[in-house]
Amino acid sequence: MEAASITETASAPPPARKVGDVLNAYALPLLLFGALLAQFIYEPTGTLENVKTGLSNGMVWALIALGYTLVYGIVELINFAHGEVFMIGAFVALSLWQTFGVTESTGLALIVVSIIAFLVASMGASATLNVLIERAAYRPLRNAPKLAPLITAIGMSFILQNVGLLWRPTPDQVPDLIGSHSVYFTIFKVDVLHSDVFAVVVTVPLLIGLLWFVGSTKYGKAMRATAQDPDAARLMGIDVDRTISLTFLLGGLMAGAAGLIYALYNLTVRFNMGFTAGLIAFTAAVMGGIGNLKGAVIGGLIIGVIQAVSDGGNFLGLPLGEAWTPAVVFAILILVMVFRPQGLFGEETREG
Amino acid sequence: MRFLASLRSGRDTVTGMIPGWVLAVVLIVFAVIFPYLVGSGSFLDASTQTLAYVIMALGLNIVVGFAGLLDLGYVAFYAIGAFVIGWFGSQQFPDVNGGKGIHILASDRATFQPKLSGGRLDIAGIHINFFIVLFIAMAITALWGVLLGAPTLRLRGDYLAIVTLAFGEIVPRVFENSTSGLFGIGSTDFSHGRQGITPIDKINLPWSHDLLYSDANLKPAYWVALGMVFFTIFVNRRLRDSRLGRAWIAVREDEVAAASMGINLVRTKLWAYAIGAAFGGFAGVFLGTYNNTVNVDQFEFGFSVFILAMVIVGGMGNIWGVIVGAVALSMMNRYGLPQLNSLSEPLGFDVTSISFGIFGFFLLIMMVLRPEGLIPSGRRRLELREAEIEGSEDTGAVGDMSQMYEVRQ
Repeated sequence: MEAASITETASAPPPARKVGDVLNAYALPLLLFGALLAQFIYEPTGTLENVKTGLSNGMVWALIALGYTLVYGIVELINFAHGEVFMIGAFVALSLWQTFGVTESTGLALIVVSIIAFLVASMGASATLNVLIERAAYRPLRNAPKLAPLITAIGMSFILQNVGLLWRPTPDQVPDLIGSHSVYFTIFKVDVLHSDVFAVVVTVPLLIGLLWFVGSTKYGKAMRATAQDPDAARLMGIDVDRTISLTFLLGGLMAGAAGLIYALYNLTVRFNMGFTAGLIAFTAAVMGGIGNLKGAVIGGLIIGVIQAVSDGGNFLGLPLGEAWTPAVVFAILILVMVFRPQGLFGEETREG
Repeated sequence: MRFLASLRSGRDTVTGMIPGWVLAVVLIVFAVIFPYLVGSGSFLDASTQTLAYVIMALGLNIVVGFAGLLDLGYVAFYAIGAFVIGWFGSQQFPDVNGGKGIHILASDRATFQPKLSGGRLDIAGIHINFFIVLFIAMAITALWGVLLGAPTLRLRGDYLAIVTLAFGEIVPRVFENSTSGLFGIGSTDFSHGRQGITPIDKINLPWSHDLLYSDANLKPAYWVALGMVFFTIFVNRRLRDSRLGRAWIAVREDEVAAASMGINLVRTKLWAYAIGAAFGGFAGVFLGTYNNTVNVDQFEFGFSVFILAMVIVGGMGNIWGVIVGAVALSMMNRYGLPQLNSLSEPLGFDVTSISFGIFGFFLLIMMVLRPEGLIPSGRRRLELREAEIEGSEDTGAVGDMSQMYEVRQ
């Protein structure tokens, strides 16, 4: 069925775009942008501040969203446990800092070295975990009805969340290694904090690296081929199982990095942080068109901004606030999934 | 696997020898006299809660098992049902009727904690008899089932699951934040925020002023719950064999084929949501009054998964399987784990705190080893296996998958 739909789109002439189609395709992005613009006119400085926070926070969501979108693109499965993989990444980083006694008062050189080394370590840990999850919970069900792996994914998510609970039952403070809340520079009256800069500096190279890997290497090609049609890919000599493992590995790497950034950014970690983060990031992935890597990044940034504006507490006079933010994000998730399942930018996806 | 197979055939022969109605009568009698066998302690308390979970599992089974719509937000209906008894059976709205309150067949004692019995009849707030609220709540949750179900009609599989999950998260948030009007409109406090609504009116029979049960004597509460379970089972059985029930199964098996046979997909699915939700509210009312508190912390995603685990472990689509699954998991959660905890001090951690992890593990193991559940519905098992067979033929057989199939044979 999937194969049929791909050949269909390939051979059919591009349909003439009607005004209605264009409106439909751009309506949601325009609506969101219009809302932001209105909010900016309503409350200029606060909105700029929120946009700044949202973009840097959105970096974390983008990294997690990539894991969802990669996995969904290739095996059509919502990897529910992905949020927990992110949480474990943060826990690993914190544990390493604690074990090696790295604190704010450690010398600068050592802090930098520890951040780089433990970034690699938490990425590695999350990636390994993600590959193991696939091996244990999803691979045995590759040919089962779609319901089955989704349910094992939920099961896996709960198991890992409780592993996190046993590991650190209470919220833990992360040493403030980068001086998160100190101002780095000020632009348009908006204070850019160390944490904002840190999130961007770590995330951007990773994103570029991932896009390059998927877009330009032999392995990336194998991944894209498997995503299009696993059977045909197998016939072309691609080891589908290994390609799928590789996809989970990449997703895990990104989640691990996100975990470390989140820990230093928010300075507190908690065993249930993965669940909400996972849903937010999943919303981002859906928003960008699931299976679409650049879309996931943009979706992450958009969700970050929406979240920051909602956290700000006053959207065009509507009294929102942190208590409402989850509801706002989930409402947007529902709107996008119901009305725009192919994502904001209208990329072709299988679900759409 | 071979052991399970022999067990299954063994069960078939045993049940084959006893007529169905004898088994049913024995079970019903056992369920009714059960409180006398166990006394009025924590075991009966756990059993009473379990009965409420059985109702919810049966309700979810209509949506997931019969109609095949994976609903991850079932907790929303528990929340709505519980808040309905919270509103209609407590002092939550003190200004109603000029501070005198509204009373419909509610005992003056029911409106108080039992210890304070014999109070004034003009106690503030809305106080409607539990048995009336039950049906109000069913109507309201059914309506919400349709409202939340309608947007999901064009979705399938994963997307459907996620949208229902999102609804399950939004509903408690809305209750939690509606402490000063709804979305900033008005100033009524609907929920007391995170504190929740407490105390909730106790159960009294409409014609009597005496409370039905107390902490010292929980038996009547158990029987009320048991009656509700019987009602639920009756409705479920009748529905399953009805025109609507057959339509659900047809839609589950193949939407396109069902639609071309003249089944109205929209109506069929919405009925599934409405009826499934109504039972969530039905049980929610009972749990609200039984726990004496309605609190948003009760309505987390884990609860939806807990109920889903009951349906899956028991066997999707099979009423008896779901009941067994619900009783097993709920008793384990309410009684087994706390007992285990007191036995095993050296473990060094609270086993009850990781109960959701344990359910997650069950879900995982069940899905990998026995996706059709403990007591599967024959038809559902066929569907699940059929997909495996087709799948392994399609993709040139993943080794262990075809092996598994052979073993099952």
